[in-house]
Order: sequence, then structure tokens, then C-alpha cells
Amino acid sequence: MSDKVTQQQLLPHLFREEYTKMTAVLYRHFGLKHIEIAEDIVSETFLKATETWSIQGIPKNPAAWLYIVAKNKAKDYLKRHTLFETQVKDAINTDELQFESDFDFTQQAIDDSQLAMIFAVCNPSNSIASQICLALQILCGFSVEAIASAFLTKAETIKKRLLRARKNLRQDNFQIKFLSEEAIQSRLDVVLKTLYLLFNEGYFSTSNDHLIRQDLCSEAIRLMLVLIESPSTNTPTVNALMALMCFQSSRLEARANNNGEIILYEQQDKNQWSQELIEKGNHYLIHAFSGAVYWQTKYHLEAAIAYWHTTPTNNDKWEHILQLYNQLILIEYSPITALNRTFAFAKVYGNEQALKEAEKLQLNHISHYHALLGYLYADTDLKKSIAHYSRAISLTKSALEKKTLGKEIERLNKKQH
Amino acid sequence: MKEFILIFRLRDDADAKPSPEQVRERMNWLAGVAAQNKLADKGKSLSISNAKTITSEIVTDGPYTEIKEFISGYMVVKTETIEEAIELAKGNPILKIGGTVEVREVLAISYSS
Repeated sequence: MSDKVTQQQLLPHLFREEYTKMTAVLYRHFGLKHIEIAEDIVSETFLKATETWSIQGIPKNPAAWLYIVAKNKAKDYLKRHTLFETQVKDAINTDELQFESDFDFTQQAIDDSQLAMIFAVCNPSNSIASQICLALQILCGFSVEAIASAFLTKAETIKKRLLRARKNLRQDNFQIKFLSEEAIQSRLDVVLKTLYLLFNEGYFSTSNDHLIRQDLCSEAIRLMLVLIESPSTNTPTVNALMALMCFQSSRLEARANNNGEIILYEQQDKNQWSQELIEKGNHYLIHAFSGAVYWQTKYHLEAAIAYWHTTPTNNDKWEHILQLYNQLILIEYSPITALNRTFAFAKVYGNEQALKEAEKLQLNHISHYHALLGYLYADTDLKKSIAHYSRAISLTKSALEKKTLGKEIERLNKKQH
Repeated sequence: MKEFILIFRLRDDADAKPSPEQVRERMNWLAGVAAQNKLADKGKSLSISNAKTITSEIVTDGPYTEIKEFISGYMVVKTETIEEAIELAKGNPILKIGGTVEVREVLAISYSS
């Protein structure tokens, strides 16, 4: 009885973790043209595990058990395939289909395979949205339903998107057996952008499912770790993005209350910030700024901003943050950066000065713009403040944000009377 | 969308070495333009000491030193009209210390005609 309970708890976790490792190794063997073969073999392995373990109990080392079964299934597949090839066709080109290598599930092989697959999936011929879907499916082992839920999209839409993306992947002549220096050079930017957006999808997602959001964040970090642990991709920029993710994650727990509602930065319980993740962030940040070259990518700037956010007491804190946002907006314009910069401006120069800056932005169609105006007017013009907060509510799709903004209006209404 | 170059001129070369406060002010202004998504090129500052003016006969030191005015830098903004570009330029802190800003439309070269 108790055995059954542990099994039910253990299996989904183990399966997801091992799924991505085993498929990565097998993808590399079968090549991008046959990724379905790899996925079938792993699925069959799990099926066998579920059947066998429910009768015999879970083996002492479940991962090793899975590797052996997957290995045998892969060999069986090749044997059948070779037989077919030799009988039907001439036996000329079957050399490469010989069991030239034992399927290798050592840590090193898993790491190498995962690294190669990260670069394969981040294929510039796919749209960035497709790349993220593909990353979630192939690198993280997410189901179509889980991806759809994370994106607040219909499963059917995600399915279609994945089909197209997988087709492009098959047609891509990307070499995954040996990840070349050249491939790393040319694709690292795309890889980082994909992982950055994957993380943001979790951190800022409109999805109400708190668990899925945390999953997205931790998967992004896990994949970043693969990059950090390989000397060929352990660059200052990779460290900068990793530092950013650690700092942001350190506040994940404090950002939501028990009902999953968002708690604004200023009201967060700072004791709930994960000191461990902050220290990890500091560690990566030091590596990000190491070396003779003066590094300043947008990840460096965002990591530095996130660093200041983790230090609750410092008089010049907002001045630093504003200067960093100033530099960030010069590298790349985005409405969110413009809004965050204005918020920092308000912290340094006061709400009145910031209102002048904010009114020039003209981002009337964006919910966060009105939330910012609502915030800036709150002390001087209650009517305008409430009007902007109401507009923000009508513009956002996120139920959580609606709730958070609604509470603010409630608070202001009480002040009015 | 048109592009306009803003050319900054200063009268006194002491102003070319701005105080930290002035640097912050200029940076805030520049980023403010970028935050409106109206920055096309953040441009460059120009050296005053390492500068020559060349005519067909003679090379002289510095730019127009006799009238004590020199170009200190430039940037390019993107706006619909010159009025909008002027509005942006008006906020530049250089005006507070007696500098000037020249606004000129950048003409697109057409190779086809």
C-alpha cells in the first residue's frame, strides 16, 4: 500500500527527469531526421517500467534500470533495421548502422547530448515562439497540454506549431554528433534568447497555474546549467543570464501569496527571499564581469538591476537602477524597459517629475502603462489614479493582475471617502 | 518616419568636461528619448583637443577657436516631423549652459533615380 503511494509520487518526477536525458542521448544517435524513433524507444521504456515495477516494485537504482532497458530497445531497433536493410537493399551502406557504439548513458554523454540538443532546437528558421514550444517539448519533456496551459493557448494550436517546428528541425542539417565551435558561435545568441524567454514565460506568465510557472523557471535554469558546465559555452554572457535567473528566482516564493496572487515588490516579505539563490546569483555575476573585456550585454545590465533589487537597504540603490535602465534602453528599446525605467526615475526624482517622463511614452494600449500612471497619480490625483488603474484592468488578460489592481482601486476608494 | 540629426554646440570648452551631475542629467535625457522609441543613433561625443580644421591652404588647430564655439557631439532621432524633433531637443541639458542644438533632417539618398 505505502509502496504504491511512493511509486505514484516518484514516477512522474523520475520520468520527466530521465525522459529528457535519455531522449537527448538517443536523438544524438538517430539524428534529427529520426527524432520520433528516439521518443518511441523512451516511451516504450517507461511503459515497460510502469508494468514491471507495479508487480516487482521499484528497483534500487531506477535510473540505471531505465538506461539498460532503453539501451536494449535501441539495439533491438537497430538490429531489426539492419536486417531489413540487408535483406531488402544491398548491404553496402549499413556500416554506420552497425552497433558501432554502445548506447552510452554516462553523465558525460548525457551532458554532451543535452548541450547539442539545446543548440539543435534553437533553430533560427523557427519563430521564437516555436523555439520555446520545441524546447519545452524536446528539452524539458513537457506534454502538449502543459505547454498549452503555460501559454494560455489551445492544445490544438500548440500541436500545429510543434508539427511545423519539428519539420524544420528534421530538414535542418544541424550536426548534433559533434557540436562544432562554429555552431556554438553562430547560435549561442539564439540559444540565450530562447532560454531567457522561457524563463520570462514562467516569471511573468499570464498563466494562473503557479506550479507550471515555477516549472518553466527551473527548467530554464537547468538548461542554463548545461551551458555553464560545458567549457565551450561557459562565457561571461551565459554567466550574466544565469545570474539574472538566480536573482529573479530568489524572489519567486515571496512574489505570490498562498492563493497564488502576486505580491508587489515593495510589499514582499524579504525574509522569504532565497538567500541561497542570491548567493548563487552573486557567484555567476562575478564570472559575468570577469576577463579583460568590458562586457555589457543586455543580460549583464538586467542581471545588475536584479542584483540591486536583492539588496533591500542602500540609499543609492534606485540611482544605480535608473542608470542601468538608462543604458539598457539605449541597447534595445522595449515598452517594458521604458516603463521600468520610468518607475526607477520616479524613485529617484519623485512622482511629479516621473509623470512628465511617463506621459511622453504614449503606450496607451498597454496595461502596465496605465498601472504605472495609476501609481504615479496615487498621491496627487485620486480620480486620475483610479481611472488609470481601471483602464489597466480592462487591458490585462491576467486574472491575477486584475485582482491585484482591483485591490489597489479599493484602497484608493477608501482614501477618497 | 523621418530622421533628424541633432548637432550640439558649446561655447566654452570647460563645459566639454561635464560634472558627474551633468553626465547623469545628459544620460537621463538621452535615455528619455530612447524610452519614447525615438532614438535612431545615440551618436558620439567629439574631441576638442585633438582637432584640426583644414582649408585648401592651411591646417589650423581646433574648430573655429576664434569664435569660441565648437561641435561637442551629435545624435540622430526618428520622428514624424521636425517639430517633434525640436521638442525633443528642447529638453537637452546643454541648453541650460549656453549651448545650442542644431536640428537638421537627414536626407535619404536614393540610388534608383
